[in-house]
Amino acid sequence: MKGFSNQSKPWLMTMLILMVITFIFSMKLGAVSISWDEIQSALSKWMGGEEMNLQERIFFQIRLPRALAGVLVGASLAIAGVLMQALFRNPIVEPGLIGTSSGAAFGASLYFVLGAVMKFNAGEWTLPLAACLGGTLSTVLVFLLSQNRSSGKSSVVALLLTGIAINALFLSGVGFLSYLARDPQARSIIFWNLGTLSGANWISISIIGFVTVVCLIISLRYAKPLNALMMGEDEAVFLGVNLKRLQITIITLNVLLVAVATAFVGVISFVGLVVPHLLRLMKGSDNRFLLLGSALMGAILLSLADLASRLLLAPAELPIGIVTSLVGVPVFIALLRKKQYFF
Amino acid sequence: MLEAKNISVQIGEKTLLNDVSERFEPGKLNLIIGPNGAGKSTLIKVISQQMRKHEGAVFYNGENAQGLSERKMAQMRAVLSQNIDLAFPMKVWEVVMMGRYPHFVESPRQIDQQAVEEAMSFFNITDMAERNYLTLSGGEKQRVHFARVLTQIWYPKEGLNRFLLLDEPLTFLDVQYQFQFMHKIRDLLKSEDLVVIGVVHDLNLAARFGDLICLLHQGKLLASGAKFDVLSKENIRTVFQLEPVLYKDEERDLVHLFFE
Repeated sequence: MKGFSNQSKPWLMTMLILMVITFIFSMKLGAVSISWDEIQSALSKWMGGEEMNLQERIFFQIRLPRALAGVLVGASLAIAGVLMQALFRNPIVEPGLIGTSSGAAFGASLYFVLGAVMKFNAGEWTLPLAACLGGTLSTVLVFLLSQNRSSGKSSVVALLLTGIAINALFLSGVGFLSYLARDPQARSIIFWNLGTLSGANWISISIIGFVTVVCLIISLRYAKPLNALMMGEDEAVFLGVNLKRLQITIITLNVLLVAVATAFVGVISFVGLVVPHLLRLMKGSDNRFLLLGSALMGAILLSLADLASRLLLAPAELPIGIVTSLVGVPVFIALLRKKQYFF
Repeated sequence: MLEAKNISVQIGEKTLLNDVSERFEPGKLNLIIGPNGAGKSTLIKVISQQMRKHEGAVFYNGENAQGLSERKMAQMRAVLSQNIDLAFPMKVWEVVMMGRYPHFVESPRQIDQQAVEEAMSFFNITDMAERNYLTLSGGEKQRVHFARVLTQIWYPKEGLNRFLLLDEPLTFLDVQYQFQFMHKIRDLLKSEDLVVIGVVHDLNLAARFGDLICLLHQGKLLASGAKFDVLSKENIRTVFQLEPVLYKDEERDLVHLFFE
């Protein structure tokens, strides 16, 4: 009988190496290929504060932030997926299914359309803040509406159905806003619903990076209570879990992760569903492993999806949300059809 | 020692428990019996503090449980329920290790590993350590949970009692498993700091193993004490509305019940 760390280290190490490899490809490939020499000189010029040439600027201001966005957004969506699945004790729950992403998209759209009119402005943080508020609102709505009035517990069916309803509500809100919007605003809204990493810049990267790292560290502290929750709420309480605090923390983390990522790159679905599932196939359901592993695996998969979105129609681009949905939907259906996941 | 003082539970118009008081001593097997709806499971839920809305108080080692955090409770009190299942696949040893969660912060210490190993060998499940919990049979699963629950309170604490609560854990088990469990509990009770309180459905099982028997009737504690006193014809008749035939053998310390 060995401890956790000994068993899962090889898996995590392998994924880390794979992530680095994908990251390198993601930096180099695209409409314009970047060579090692250019990467090197761009980095040294950046350190020295020298002027860069065009290729180097493409690398430093477009390609590198974008590659980082793939890693960070993939990680944050996958972590959110693990958290939601653990909290709802169900492998088919995904941040997008319980309204978080559509709420965030609604908040962001509202900012796009009304941002100029509203007095409220918090600089770079306005957009993520609006998305966060939207995401929080929709998630809390789903959570409250799906709770059984007498027992105070959410059944999974109620949760998914409520999620569908709230998703529809917020998406129609997004539709209404894009109907109102003028051309540049309308384009921003459409971009939201399809998702793309092409807008990544250093500011968005630092915000997403900060949120992702902080949320991952906090989540890891809740791995144990989330494991205990696998046996049900009562058993978790018997093992010393403060249930209310756990629920509030996990939902907050989920909203932060999904809403911030969504705010900058748009709605990217199914990463949070597929990644934790792949990890469960690898090595059980210990949430500490799932959280760390999902962060890595999510980074790998989203970087690959972004590569596909850049290269498949090059020099044109495919929105990344379309790529992830194409991969994610079959997995979701396969999961639904698997006997042990019926309820 | 665990003490329940004047426990009453009222939900809406319905009184589930009405002023129940009892002291549960360590080293003894305390069993709660009674028909459906008598308040057995409400009482054990109040004792475990799964149900925190009640009148009266529960004292663990003299401390009012209402003032203790979930974690603090979990370090001295373990609960074995019926029919627990996992939402996701896990290895058997990982499930047993959950019992140590209230005790360590990040990753298991040597002492936690040791508790898991010892509890697993106590329940003869060491061979299953690496198996997927979801593939086990009902009896095997319950053994895993018994081991998990015991690792939670594996190490005695000087001067303090440990508490093991059993919420009808034997309900879905075959008779040989029921007896195996009861004998295991008897073994455990040899360490005199352990307070065991259980809800049992089967009167004969209670009669066979219980030291203190609490008979609940319509939310009240009708009788409590040794089996020869509690399992009297009058009591049984009042509570179950059936005419019992009692077979008593004081020499072999046995009571057995039949119904006509």
